[in-house]
Amino acid sequence: MSVRRLAPKEVQPESFAFTAENLAWAEKTIAKYPPGRQASAVIPLLMRAQEQAGGWVSEPAMRYVGDMLGMAPIRVYEVATFYTQFQLQPVGKRAHIQVCGTTPCMLRGAGDLMKVCKSRIHEEPFHLSANGDFSWEEVECAGTCVNAPMVQVWKDVYEDLTPADLEKILDAFERGEHPASGPQNGRLTSAPVTGLRVLTSPELFDGSMVGQGAGLALAREALAAKAKGETAPAAPPPAAAAAAPPPPPKNDPAPAAAPAAKAVEAAGDADKEKPKKPVAPPPGGKPTDSTAE
Amino acid sequence: MAKIIVDDIELDVPPEFTLLQACEAAGAEIPRFCFHERLSIAGNCRMCLVEVKGGPPKPTASCAQNVRDLRPGPNGEPPVILTKSPMVKKAREGVMEFLLINHPLDCPICDQGGECDLQDQAMAYGVDTSRYAENKRAVEDKYIGPLIKTSMTRCIQCTRCVRFTTEVAGVAELGAIGRGEDMEITTYLEAALSSELQGNVADLCPVGALTQRPYAYHARPWELSKTESIDVMDAVGSNIRVDTRGREVMRVLPRLNEDVNEEWISDKTRYIWDGLKTQRLDRPYVRVNGKLKVASWPEAFAAIAAKVKAVPGNRIGGLVGDLASVEEAFALKSLLASLGSSNIDCRQDGAKLDPALGRASYLFNATIAGIEQADALLIIGSNPRLEASVLNARIRKRWLQGNFPIGLIGPHVDLTYPYDYLGAGSDTLTDLVNGGGFAEVLKGAQRPLILIGQGALARADGAAVLAQAARLAVAVGAVKEGWNGFSVLHTAASRVGALDIGAVPGEGGLDAVAMTNPGGVDVLFALGADEIDIAPGAFVVYLGTHGDRGAHRADVILPGAAYTEKSGTYVNTEGRVQVANRAAFPPGEAREDWAVLRALSDVVGHRLPFDSLAQLRAALYAAYPHLARLDHVTPADAAAVNALSSAGGTPASGPFASAVTDFYLTNPIARASAVMAECSALASSRHAAAAE
Ligand code: SF4
Ligand code: FES
Ligand code: FES
Repeated sequence: MSVRRLAPKEVQPESFAFTAENLAWAEKTIAKYPPGRQASAVIPLLMRAQEQAGGWVSEPAMRYVGDMLGMAPIRVYEVATFYTQFQLQPVGKRAHIQVCGTTPCMLRGAGDLMKVCKSRIHEEPFHLSANGDFSWEEVECAGTCVNAPMVQVWKDVYEDLTPADLEKILDAFERGEHPASGPQNGRLTSAPVTGLRVLTSPELFDGSMVGQGAGLALAREALAAKAKGETAPAAPPPAAAAAAPPPPPKNDPAPAAAPAAKAVEAAGDADKEKPKKPVAPPPGGKPTDSTAE
Repeated sequence: MAKIIVDDIELDVPPEFTLLQACEAAGAEIPRFCFHERLSIAGNCRMCLVEVKGGPPKPTASCAQNVRDLRPGPNGEPPVILTKSPMVKKAREGVMEFLLINHPLDCPICDQGGECDLQDQAMAYGVDTSRYAENKRAVEDKYIGPLIKTSMTRCIQCTRCVRFTTEVAGVAELGAIGRGEDMEITTYLEAALSSELQGNVADLCPVGALTQRPYAYHARPWELSKTESIDVMDAVGSNIRVDTRGREVMRVLPRLNEDVNEEWISDKTRYIWDGLKTQRLDRPYVRVNGKLKVASWPEAFAAIAAKVKAVPGNRIGGLVGDLASVEEAFALKSLLASLGSSNIDCRQDGAKLDPALGRASYLFNATIAGIEQADALLIIGSNPRLEASVLNARIRKRWLQGNFPIGLIGPHVDLTYPYDYLGAGSDTLTDLVNGGGFAEVLKGAQRPLILIGQGALARADGAAVLAQAARLAVAVGAVKEGWNGFSVLHTAASRVGALDIGAVPGEGGLDAVAMTNPGGVDVLFALGADEIDIAPGAFVVYLGTHGDRGAHRADVILPGAAYTEKSGTYVNTEGRVQVANRAAFPPGEAREDWAVLRALSDVVGHRLPFDSLAQLRAALYAAYPHLARLDHVTPADAAAVNALSSAGGTPASGPFASAVTDFYLTNPIARASAVMAECSALASSRHAAAAE
């Protein structure tokens, strides 16, 4: 975080007004809040104003939104400066690259992505590239850590990036295209990069189990058989034993919790070689010494 | 009531008490920065942490949790709060260390030094070292107006200033932008604050981030002597403390008085002090051949005596100015009476108030604190925001509590709270008397308040307006057992006191307008009367403090003492008798006004019967016993309002004007103040911009 200021006077537009379409949308949005609470709509309205104005909130836009909601301009200013999602400076016309710089992405090479931004766009974040097409910034976790590293452009995320991927994405934006979002390494959403490891049996997808009504029971049976026959679960290490959930109270309506945990343990053969983690107690259970720090 | 144990002391407190209040009730001291009794609770400084058994197992911000939210012990024992436990000590030290991480240690050059909450609490609850070796944060200073100086690096982000301006002053102008350690206090685009109460943020700021700009680098708190006194800038009678160094007034601060100003004062009250040093009359002058020449006291007195002795008593008159204390008005009245004159008036503005109608006809009968009991308000011909800013804050406070309909007849202005605009002038008032509309709202209220400003009374038909207002008050049930909502808001500090002692024309006497008209009187004593034009012809003796309008017109100038330089009684708009004390001495040869009048009386051959202030007061109290009840309001008999309501007269139609148009320049001291001049210019440019 750094100090956030309004853009200098020279770049501020004369005025701001919603388009007819956005105005109608804004009125609908304001109507969602109880009378007298219109100010609650300030964040969505500012966001819409930002989208309409090419990705940043200008000073006239703040005043406009404030007038619309009966808020003093300083109150809108407070909101707009509080949330880093509001850009207070003009951003690139074609793309504003938000590179995630939080730990998982950093560990997976976000630094290299930033190097690309620095060389292609501008040495400093929040500065426009020479032609005004691009700008970039470092943001905190954008929520796709599994596919780290990532960048966000407008409302799309580009994941599993290498510097070369980012270059390609920038090229596409430069050409005025809209590159396909999502993982750039062929991975399916956030599935394991080596391919699916669960839910792989084709019957699940060919429709042959539809209407059988026994899916879960069958699966349990299969798992139980597997657990019995092939690999009896290794005796849990003492820590896990200590942390084992206490027997559920008699009137507990959900006795399924314990068997499910067992089943998961049994199915987790991929993790077998790693030491087992203590199983977290079910909610409401008394924490024991081994789970409390 | 809820039982609670604070440091082994068991006590009963109301369940809605915060833990901090409960601790205070038990006598435990809780350090705090963000919490303030009169502001909403923010809970963001964490200095007030205590240990609570029966609450979450962590240090708890005591200002932000209610007693009722605590759980009793397993066997029903009362919840326990510890304010001296090791956990609390560690928590406070930790908070203090965090606060000081980004706080510059610039106390030697900080104006708050010596009266800084952070300094004091760091001494009491902090540790002597910091583990922080990184660079400190620095924040750009902001411009927020000519009155408040900012040093924003010192801000500890308690948001007291933001809450004050928004909640009490009623102008949403100050805000906190950014977040975390980058949070900064500023106004929108660094515009100057527009509130008349903004000076209070410097008092509220627990550190030296907001300090008083005019006082910057002038003095240190420990070199000032402090005198408790009363303000005369308006008729509220705010309680103030005047800080002086040697002969010089260095600053004015508010004093707590729940019944009057709570703990706020207006900017005029606070920043007037530079006006006490400029344009002062420090020696007598006599006009010779059209030019004012320096004279000695005997020369000046001789010039007056020559004139006075040459005319009959009824050709002599006296005006009591807006800043005069009761004592000097009494002395002037006595002097005129002994000269055989009943020409005296304290109503320079021509307000049609008359003590003969009864005391209740000119008092703010509901009292200032009583505003909080009212449940409907009608403002007639007044802009309380400018005429009595602190009282306006009280109205706003009442409005914030809800269920408080407000109507206004008069200029359509921003009062910091919404109101029903009913109309501009007397026609609307007449309509209300006939019932319907807002009159029904007032009727439906238990304790309706009718506030009448001087703007409605200082007109030719003022008496009829006053009677009309009384009729309305009686009709809507504002005057009844236990409640008198008929309330006149004054603008001059001297007015109520002068009316109380009958400083109005006696039998056959001339009023202010008649005296100052051409051919009015031959000799006119103007006791600090600067708000009135005196026609040529009369020989004017001006007894006052500043080279203002009155002095320019004068033929003899007698230098008097300003309100900080004398002990004087002032009666505020609600009739509260308060004594202002002397904090400094009048400059040069200037003397206290009553003493000047006493000396003069000797020269003109009618020696006044008192040789000391004590004797004067004894005579005053004998004649007007209620003036001896200091700091009290002697309630006025409401029968006067009932009588007034049956007085005849229809007001002429026409809009009411406000008695105060330029808040910052209402009296000679204010007009001599450079700070007030700057504020006035700023306000009028803001006004012009708004009019565009
Ligand atoms: S300027 Fe002073 S009062 Fe305002 S938030 Fe900062 S420390 Fe608190
Ligand atoms: S850490 Fe980068 S998306 Fe979460
Ligand atoms: S006083 Fe309680 S958090 Fe500041």
